[in-house]
Amino acid sequence: MKLTVNGEVRDISAVTLAELMSELEYEGNWLATAHNGVIVHRQQRSQCRLAEGDRIEVLAPMKGG
Amino acid sequence: MLTVYDTQLASRLFLGTAQYPSPAALVDAVRASATSVVTVSLRREAAGGNAGGQFWSLIRSLGVSVLPNTAGCHSVKEAVTTAKMAREVFGTGWIKLEVIGNHDTLQPDVFGLVEAARILCQEGFSVFPYTTEDLVVAERLLDAGCRVLMPWCAPIGSAKGPRNRDALRSLRGHFPEIPLIVDAGLGRPSHAAAVMELGFDAVLLNTAVAKAGDPAAMAAAFAKAVEAGRQAFHAGLLEPRDMAVPSTPLIGKAVFA
Repeated sequence: MKLTVNGEVRDISAVTLAELMSELEYEGNWLATAHNGVIVHRQQRSQCRLAEGDRIEVLAPMKGG
Repeated sequence: MLTVYDTQLASRLFLGTAQYPSPAALVDAVRASATSVVTVSLRREAAGGNAGGQFWSLIRSLGVSVLPNTAGCHSVKEAVTTAKMAREVFGTGWIKLEVIGNHDTLQPDVFGLVEAARILCQEGFSVFPYTTEDLVVAERLLDAGCRVLMPWCAPIGSAKGPRNRDALRSLRGHFPEIPLIVDAGLGRPSHAAAVMELGFDAVLLNTAVAKAGDPAAMAAAFAKAVEAGRQAFHAGLLEPRDMAVPSTPLIGKAVFA
């Protein structure tokens, strides 16, 4: 199915957010995720089921002022 | 010692981590500033990437507290969601809350700011609101649960220094017990000293240090200015006078005429 991950449309076979993270090789405990604009905590990713057209954000620490 | 949200901080200079010529220059500037708190943000990570992890390792190696921001957020929803994601990543309830209202001036949307502050305070965050120098907005932010205020003194990155000293002085006078941190618009150490002389508790800097020819030297200069301004505030400043007043005693002056 097609999802938008960090603004890019991708064809994904994963059915949960946790699987999507593995499929796209997102690793590390410094990542935060949101599903359709709502935060999904690390421990909730395996219960977060994905559907066609969903929007996913994967954020990491970055410099800031 | 400065106390914010029950945390004691040795330094009254908060330093941003963006725009340095290199990671090494950032590290040198942080050390030269002797800061206790650096600001950080959250941005999209590329699939399979590790840029965020490397940056986070660098920041943790500095041994300072982190203050995540919601920079670039233009709505309450964006800012609240970003704050929640920052809490998970950085492991702190501190959040520098920015809700931007105008693309050109980057001035805060104070209406959205108050709304977002209320939501986040109710959810247990320690909110550091990036606001204007408006007194009534400051009151609303305190009503919303904020226990620190961070007014700008000029637009972000403008280096113009304090544009409205009367309003800053008014904030200080109205909220003697609230930590007041000038955030944004400081360009020179003399600007930092000026707001510290007004009785502000701390300053938050980024561009003026990061874009200096020698960021570490400028960080050290700002640290001295912040300290000097604070000391001068406590020492009791002489108010300006309209007429000259001789400093050398007239009594005992020889008469040659």
